Amino acid sequence: MLLGKVIGTVTPSVVYTGLEGVPLLLVQPLTKEQKESGKPIVAADATRQAGPDDLIYYEGGREAAMALEVTFVPVDHSIIGIVDNVNLREDA
Amino acid sequence: MILGKVCGQIDSTINHPFYDGKRLLIIDKIRPDGSPTGSYLIAIDSVGAGVDETVIIVDEGGSARQIIGDSVAPLRSIVVGIVDQVAK
Repeated sequence: MLLGKVIGTVTPSVVYTGLEGVPLLLVQPLTKEQKESGKPIVAADATRQAGPDDLIYYEGGREAAMALEVTFVPVDHSIIGIVDNVNLREDA
Repeated sequence: MILGKVCGQIDSTINHPFYDGKRLLIIDKIRPDGSPTGSYLIAIDSVGAGVDETVIIVDEGGSARQIIGDSVAPLRSIVVGIVDQVAK
């Protein structure tokens, strides 16, 4: 899993079977110091509670779909949790 | 499996139910000589690893789910060992 920041929402009008009602959010991947890293991705929200400006962690690949209610769906990134606090070693 | 060095921890209350009560570690990926590769990952812990420890991480979903004993867990990365020494 990696850290990310929700920077927006995505509202589809038509989705593949199984993805109805699954929130899609625009996520900016971050380094562990919470600096932007790479291009934004669209992620399904397995917590259903994340929103813009939230710091989250997300999983990619097969496990992304497994986090959702319907697990055999075409999803490649899912938000797994919302971060309360990151404790990083001082010199890390 | 890959080598890493634990550099922090994440607190989270709202998460996928599988992650309730699981410790989330921030881990720098490292080379065998201990130098960081520049990338990191967030993994759960199965051995009680702490900050500054060199660890072995399984970064593959099927194996990770087998370790946890849950075939439907949305899990890929898990710490499975604490390293005393890497000899070359």
